[in-house]
Amino acid sequence: MSTTITLASEPVKLTRNALTAERPTWCPGCGDYSVLASFYKVLEKRQLPHENIVTLAGIGCSSRFPYFVNTHGAHFIHGRSVPLATGVSLARPDLHVFVFGGDGDGFSIGGNHLEHGARKNINLTYVIMDNSVYGMTKKQTSPTSPIGFKTKTDPTGAMDRPVNPIKKLISAGATFIARTHASQVAHMTQMIERAMDHEGFSVLHVLSDCTEFFPEAFDSANPRKGGEFKTIEEKKWDETPEDALRHDITDEVAAYKLADRPFPGLFGVYFQVNRSTKNDLEDMWIDSVRGKMADHSDLEILQQTFHRMK
Amino acid sequence: MTTLQITSPSVQTSPAAGRADLRPQNIRDAVIRLAGDSQDGIQSIGGFLARLAGRSAQDVMTYMTIPATISGGASIFQVRIGSGEVLSAGDEADFLVAFYQHSYDNHIGSLKEGGVLLYDSDHVQPDMDDKRFVYVGIAITSLTIEALGGTAKTKGKNIFVLGLLAAIFDFDVEKLKTLIRERFGKKNAALADTALIAFQSGYAYPVENVLANRYHFEPTTDQNKLAQITMDGNQALAFGLIAAGVRYGAAYPITPWTSVMETLRAELPKYGGIFVQTEDELAAVSMAIGFSYSGNLAVTGSSGPGISLKTEAIGWASMAEIPLIIVNVQRGGPSTGLPTNVEQSDLCQAIFGGHGDSPRVVLAASTVEDCFYVALEAARIARKYSTPVFILSDSSLSTRIEAFDEPDLKGLIQDPKPDLSPRPAGFKPYPLDKITQHAPPGSPMIDGKYPVLTGLEHDETGHPTGSATLHANMTVKRRKKLQQLAAELPLPEVYGDAEGDTLLVGWGSTYGPIREAVNRVRQEGKKLSAIHLRNLHPLPNGLDTIFARFRRIIVAELNDQGLYGFGQLATILRARYCEPKIQSLTKTNGLSFLVKEIIEGISK
Repeated sequence: MSTTITLASEPVKLTRNALTAERPTWCPGCGDYSVLASFYKVLEKRQLPHENIVTLAGIGCSSRFPYFVNTHGAHFIHGRSVPLATGVSLARPDLHVFVFGGDGDGFSIGGNHLEHGARKNINLTYVIMDNSVYGMTKKQTSPTSPIGFKTKTDPTGAMDRPVNPIKKLISAGATFIARTHASQVAHMTQMIERAMDHEGFSVLHVLSDCTEFFPEAFDSANPRKGGEFKTIEEKKWDETPEDALRHDITDEVAAYKLADRPFPGLFGVYFQVNRSTKNDLEDMWIDSVRGKMADHSDLEILQQTFHRMK
Repeated sequence: MTTLQITSPSVQTSPAAGRADLRPQNIRDAVIRLAGDSQDGIQSIGGFLARLAGRSAQDVMTYMTIPATISGGASIFQVRIGSGEVLSAGDEADFLVAFYQHSYDNHIGSLKEGGVLLYDSDHVQPDMDDKRFVYVGIAITSLTIEALGGTAKTKGKNIFVLGLLAAIFDFDVEKLKTLIRERFGKKNAALADTALIAFQSGYAYPVENVLANRYHFEPTTDQNKLAQITMDGNQALAFGLIAAGVRYGAAYPITPWTSVMETLRAELPKYGGIFVQTEDELAAVSMAIGFSYSGNLAVTGSSGPGISLKTEAIGWASMAEIPLIIVNVQRGGPSTGLPTNVEQSDLCQAIFGGHGDSPRVVLAASTVEDCFYVALEAARIARKYSTPVFILSDSSLSTRIEAFDEPDLKGLIQDPKPDLSPRPAGFKPYPLDKITQHAPPGSPMIDGKYPVLTGLEHDETGHPTGSATLHANMTVKRRKKLQQLAAELPLPEVYGDAEGDTLLVGWGSTYGPIREAVNRVRQEGKKLSAIHLRNLHPLPNGLDTIFARFRRIIVAELNDQGLYGFGQLATILRARYCEPKIQSLTKTNGLSFLVKEIIEGISK
């Protein structure tokens, strides 16, 4: 059947141009630019409905992200982006929820929320841009600063053992954990896409250097700076002898051991399992409770409850 | 010393064993205080009596204290049942039921002269030389064990006492038995049978051998009154939120807030909603903001210490102009303070708590019934003005059981669906000349420009700005919408004389004792008036026109008089109206006002 009416709201192709918002306020050369570029690439490739993409963040240089992506978004308070995103994710299964932030936001002030978001397996994708320094406040020690790194709050060098983000995420119960490097755009794009496709709490840890206060932080993994970018070889389950040596991403203990490699370690997917999300578990509860309600309206349910309290 | 006595059963002042005349004495009002330990189930006796009163269309009010310890410890439950309007749980008891010696020792002082002490003679030895009271000793513990058999131990003596009270007060036994079956039969039919045996043996006890009189409540004046709803303040708040269309929320447990979240957690799935118990208070408020941002007005709540933790995020909601309901079931503070006692000392925190100028709305519930309606009003304001709204309740309202008329649910219930309609070109999340109404995620933006909500100062489109002019203009915008709200608020009604010497001003749970104080003083032929403020921030316009009709204004509230001699609301009213005749009556012993304390306070 043909019709002459064209829909005004016919889906418009989501281009990089449509996704571009404000000019980023990051310093020239900041690693976060390539994270933004990778994110655009994934959204262009996947053509999600524009209005259903949500970009959320806390506080920090990298947490400025929502201003630079033209989607629905919120720039929240320091450390609390995961609970904010949890509310959005639980109430609105139609949305694609992306959270962006840094190492201070994710591993320090928001560390407890990271644990509990992972434990509850909230369906969202969290990209943590780790520069191992507090850049926005101009060089203080971060929870991932290496021991000996001199900052304004550790003038003789950082003395506290840094957080190992991958190990923290494994023990917290995140169901997708991957690691990449801001200088490796192709790898990063692939990792963002895999994280996005994962049903559950997916975290991508990105080493994204601060050109201003810690430019050399991740050189050892950057081939252009004389380092080596070593990726994880995932098991192909092809029963070849070499496959026995490859990493089983569903093996929690193997992932933990892999995360223990000396810095800069390996890049790729450390861990991925399917476990019921809180989104699904809450929905199942709602369905079973509402099943017993026999299609009663909200008003009827409330009236019945009040009747019992007479 | 009170100058007036509340209506009470007239009882003999001497033990009356063996008396044969058992003509029921008609009474209009009785205060029964049950004193025992928290594990004895005295709250459930109180609950049964309250529910019975509700079903008999009688007015009822209860008052409960529980120890802060997890199990055990002294506990009381006071229930006041009346055939007319019951405004407070009563200053003194007509009846005291003492389960233990310590219950007797600690509470005999609260028994009215001529009152009846009903005590467990297995545990209590009263001072019979004190001739002010009527002594009724019954071996409650051993009689319960005898009735139920060895394995029951002492469990069930609360229901035995309920049977005794049913005999003494000529309660409707069939209704009580139905309530017992409803309460216990749901889980376990055998348990209901056991409870009914305990009830029956209490009821069959030859109480006439130890108490001359039995009592009978006069029928209520309004014969057409329908059966009433009986619930506590925290339940009323939770169901008010549900009626208001609130379908999402998040919180962390803390006394006395917790039962609101327990109710919402269990009830919301029936309505397709979710309530999340979070890892901490910071996550709770942030998650509630996430729910609200998604287009579903949400609630978080806590008590004092938890509210302190939420303040940073509430500031964000104020700046980003997000609708949000924050419930504070107040307790004694500061810090861990008095977790199970009542205080109204978080008013200034609700109005001003947080850094920067962060306007928000503050409402306070005055009764259990009002807990239901205040939730509806909070949701209406939050949606219309896109703002955080505080609801202040307190520990006395939280556990107090009252009976009230069934609300018109059909007329009140709200539809909670988010508005995801496409937004026209040029949509601004923060228009300077209008009240913000956000486009939740999922709303297509016709011009392709998507909004980012922010805690940074911003322009009309939400872009961060460092412009001093914009900050000044946006500060005005956020303030003005609350001034607009103030203009639509009704003035509180003056209770008592329209003009005169003294106007009492109250807020929150002191509504009942303040009204009763007005009634008593006016019964003496003197003038007294009161207003009760529900809208505490913004205040309704025009309070000064009421104040002008009185020689002095006394603000009665449960907080400290502060460095300058004024409680928290008194301070705000003085700042607002520069009115030197505003005085303060404050109290901080962890208990609510007694009626006589208010009368004494204004007599000074």
